[in-house]
Amino acid sequence: MSAQWETVIGLEIHVQLSTDSKIFSGASTAFGAQPNTQASAVDLGLPGVLPVVNEAVFPKAVSFGLAIGADIGQRSCFDRKNYFYPDLPKGYQITQMDEPIVMGGSVDINLKDGSTKTIRITRAHLEEDAGKSLHEDFHGMTGIDLNRAGTPLLEIVSEPDMRSAEEAVAYARTIHQLVTYLSVSDGNMAEGSLRCDANVSLRKRGEETYGTRTETKNVNSFRFLEQAIKHEITRQREILESGGRVAQETRLYDPDKNETRPMRSKETATDYRYFPEPDLLPVTIDEAFINRVRDRMPELPGQKKQRYTEMWQLSDEDAGLISSDLGLATYFEECVSATDDPTLSANWVRGDLLAALNRAELAIEESPVSAENLGQIIRRIKDGTISGKIAKTVFAGLWEGKASSADEYIEVEGLIQVSDSDALEPVIDKIIADNPKQVEQYQAGKTKLLGFFVGQIMKETGGKANPQQVNDLVKSKLD
Amino acid sequence: MSDSITERSLTEQLRDLEAGQYSSRELTEAYLQKIASASDINAYITVSSEQAIESADLADQRRASGDSAPLLGIPIAHKDIFCEKGVKTSAGSKMLDNFVSPYDSTVVSKLKEAGVVSLGKTNMDEFAMGSSNEASFYGPVRNPWNHDRVPGGSSGGSAAAVAASLCSAATGTDTGGSIRQPAAFCGITGLKPTYGRVSRWGMIAYASSLDQAGPMARSADDCALLLTHMAGQDHRDSTSSSVEAEDYSSALTSDLSGLKIGICTEFMDGVDSAVADILDQTRQSLEALGANFSEISLPNTHLAIPAYYIIAPAECSANLSRYDGVRFGYRCEGPENLEDLYKRSRSESFGREVKNRIMVGAFALSAGYYDAYYKKAQQIRRLIKQDFEEAFASVDMILGPTTPGPAFALGDKLDDAKAMYLQDIYTISANLAGLPALSMPAGTEDAMPIGAQLIGNYFQEANILRTAHQYQQVTDWHKRRPEKGETA
Repeated sequence: MSAQWETVIGLEIHVQLSTDSKIFSGASTAFGAQPNTQASAVDLGLPGVLPVVNEAVFPKAVSFGLAIGADIGQRSCFDRKNYFYPDLPKGYQITQMDEPIVMGGSVDINLKDGSTKTIRITRAHLEEDAGKSLHEDFHGMTGIDLNRAGTPLLEIVSEPDMRSAEEAVAYARTIHQLVTYLSVSDGNMAEGSLRCDANVSLRKRGEETYGTRTETKNVNSFRFLEQAIKHEITRQREILESGGRVAQETRLYDPDKNETRPMRSKETATDYRYFPEPDLLPVTIDEAFINRVRDRMPELPGQKKQRYTEMWQLSDEDAGLISSDLGLATYFEECVSATDDPTLSANWVRGDLLAALNRAELAIEESPVSAENLGQIIRRIKDGTISGKIAKTVFAGLWEGKASSADEYIEVEGLIQVSDSDALEPVIDKIIADNPKQVEQYQAGKTKLLGFFVGQIMKETGGKANPQQVNDLVKSKLD
Repeated sequence: MSDSITERSLTEQLRDLEAGQYSSRELTEAYLQKIASASDINAYITVSSEQAIESADLADQRRASGDSAPLLGIPIAHKDIFCEKGVKTSAGSKMLDNFVSPYDSTVVSKLKEAGVVSLGKTNMDEFAMGSSNEASFYGPVRNPWNHDRVPGGSSGGSAAAVAASLCSAATGTDTGGSIRQPAAFCGITGLKPTYGRVSRWGMIAYASSLDQAGPMARSADDCALLLTHMAGQDHRDSTSSSVEAEDYSSALTSDLSGLKIGICTEFMDGVDSAVADILDQTRQSLEALGANFSEISLPNTHLAIPAYYIIAPAECSANLSRYDGVRFGYRCEGPENLEDLYKRSRSESFGREVKNRIMVGAFALSAGYYDAYYKKAQQIRRLIKQDFEEAFASVDMILGPTTPGPAFALGDKLDDAKAMYLQDIYTISANLAGLPALSMPAGTEDAMPIGAQLIGNYFQEANILRTAHQYQQVTDWHKRRPEKGETA
C-alpha cells in the first residue's frame, strides 16, 4: 500500500449454524444431498406454509454474543427482506433488521508483529440462507437446488476497523476460531459454513470520511479473502490515482482469474422494503436463559492460552498454537491429564503429531493415534520403559495401526529398553573388541569418541538399550 | 326426500345420520345433484364428486362399525384458500389454476379427522382480496337470493353455497370482513374467531397478521359445532394461540341475563335507516332475553379502513412474491430471461385488484414512505385495539351492523374501489384488533338479508355463539332460505 492511501475494511461474515434442522422448517441441514431432497414444503415456499423458529438457534447466537461481550437483545424480532431471486423461494428472506439478537461487542486479533488489535462488531443477527442456482448442465437455463434454503445463518457485521487484507484475514480467522470453539458452527469453509462479504474502500491518509466502498460477496476461504481484498485495493487505487471515482457496487471474486468483477445486480432497485415478519412472534430472551447459556459455554481460546502459559508454563508460541484449535487443545489436555507432563505433551503434540497430521492431511479428530495412546507413549518414556527414540517408532507403529495401544506395541515388538547391565556388558565388550583403533584414540584423549561407542551399542541393541546406562558402562570400561 | 335433507341444519343432519334416517352417501349425492343444478350461482371452483362419494361411503361404513367421530359423514365445502391434498387449490387465481396441493391445511385435516365429507372448493375473490366475489378468475358468484346481486366477498362462494343449500356448512376466511360480510349478504351465520384461534397452516396467506379462518353455516349452533373441530393450537403456526380451545356447542344453552352489550355510536353513523331499524329490533330481542344495553364509543373507527388498506396490502405484497413462475403455478410462455419470466408470469395471471394491492403495499413499505404509511398504520392499529380494550371494560359484547346495507348489484362498485372498500367499514376493526366477531341474519331489506354483528372480547367465541344461538331461538331470520333466486 502506498503511503498516500489508507485502506478501510469491514466484513460481514455469514456463519451457518450447526443445527440438525433448518431455521424455519424441520428439513435436514446435512451437506451434499441430492438437489432438492432436503427441501420441505416450507423451504419451497408452497402456498399456505408458515415458518416456525428452530429454537436451537438461540443458544448458539447468544453464546456468540456473550463471547464477544455484546448486548443480547431482550426482545429479538424477525423481519422480511423483500427481493426476487430464483433461489429465494418466498421472494423474501426472513432476517433481523431493527432488533437483532446480538448488538455490539468486539474481538481482539493477533497480528504478525505480535501486537493485538481490537475489532468492534456492530451486530450479529439470525437469518435464513438461500438456495443455490446451478448454471452448469442446464443448457442456457438455470437449475435451482433448495437444499440450502432455510439453513440457519448468523450474520456477523464488523465495524470498518480493519486497515489491510492481513487484518481482515486475521479477523475472519478469529471469528472462525470462536464459532467453532463455541460449537456455533462446524466452520467447514469448503462446504460454505463460513462466507465473507468484504466492504473495501480507500481514503487519503489522514482523512476523516470514508471513500466509496465496494462489497465483494461470498468469499469462502481465507486465502481467497486475502487475494480478493488485495485485488480490490489495487483496482480502487488505480482508479483513484488516475482521477476516477470508485462505483459503489457489489462485486464477485473469481479465484481462477484472481480478480473481482461487478456482479449482475440481484434487482434493479436496492430497496428491500423491510417490515416485521407477521408469521413469527417476537422472541423474548430473558436473563435466566442467558445465564444458562453462559454456564454451558466452553473456555475460550484466549482463556486457554493464558491457562497454558500461566499454569503449565508453556511458551507463548506453543500455547497460542495449541489453543488456536479446539480439537487440538482438547487432545493436548487429554494428553496432559494422562501424563501429568504439559511440557512433554506440548512437544509431542506440536512436533511429531502435527507433522504426521499435516503429512497425511488429516484433522486432529481423525488422528490414528489417540490422545490416550500418545499419553501412554509419553508415560513409558518417563518411566524409562522406552527411550525417546524408540518412542518415535512406537508412535509410527500406532499411526500405521499395528497395535491398539502403546504398551501392546512395545511388548509385541520387544522394544522394552534394556537396562540390565548383565545383558548389556557382552555387547559393550564386543563393540570395544571390534574397534581397537577407536579405543586407542579415546584413551589417547579423544573423549568425544564416547558418542561413537554408545551409538554402535545402541545400533547393536536395536535402540533398546538405555542410552544413559550405556554411556556410564562404556566410560567405566574404557577409563 | 333429497331436497328436504339438504335443507336440514348440520345439527339436525348429525342426528338423522345417527338415527339411520339416511346415509352420508345419500346426503352427499343430494348435495352433488343440487350443486350441478345450481351451477349458475358459480359457488364452487372445484366439485370433488368422486372423492366426496368415496369418503361418504367410508363414513357410512365407519358409522356402521360404531365409529362416532363428531362430524362423521357431514358434507361441507372449503373455501378454495385452504390447501387440500390432491385437490386443486387456486385461491381464485389464474396463478394457481394448475396448483394441486401436496398437503392438507390444518383446518382441512382437523375437519377430516372429525369425519366430514369434503364436497369441493368454493369460489372466492382472488387471494381473498375483494368484497363482492367479482374478483375471481373463475367468474363472479351470484347471490342465491337474487342472481343480479353479489354474494359479498371474499368468502362469497362459501356463503352462497350455504345459503343455497349446496353444502351443510362451509369454511371461510376473514381478513377484513370476508366471512361476515358475505354471511350478512347471503343470510347465513358466520364467525371470525380471535386471531390465533384457528391455525393458518395451509391457508393461503393474504395478510398474515389479519387472516383468520372460521365457520360459515345456517345457524350459530352449526357454527359452534364446526368451530369446535377447527380451533386449537398448532405447532406449525407460531401465531396460533395456546389458550385452550373449547367445546363451543356445550355453552350455547345458558340464558343471557346479565349480559352487557354495547352499541357503538360510531358504527351507527352511515347505516341506512332499514339497517338501523333492524338493529333496534335485534336489540329489543336481546333485551327480552336478559341482556342490558349501553352506548359505547370506539373513537378511532374512522381510521380503520385507511389503516387496513396499508397493512393488508403491505403484507400481501410480500406474501404474493412467492408466485414467481419458478417452482409452481402459472408460468408465461417462452420467457426471454429471468426478468421477463417474473414480469409476464405475474402480470398475465394476477387480476386487477391483486395487482392494485401489491402496488399499494410495495409503495407503503418503500424507503422514504415506510414511516408515513406502514408505521403510522401500525400506530392506528394500536389505537383501535385500545378503543376496544376500554369498551370491554364496561361491556361483554358489542352489537352493530355487519354492512352498511344489503347486497349490492353485480358490477355496481367494480369501478369504484373506495365504495367497495367502504363495504368493510364495520368489520375491519375486529381484524385490526384481532377480536372475534359474528354476523347473523337479523332482518331483510328489499327482500335481501341484513346481518347484525356481535364483536366479543378475545377468546369469547363461546359467549358470542351463545348470544347468537339464544337470539336464534326466538327469531327465525336464520331459517329463511332464498326462494329460487331469480332476478327480482
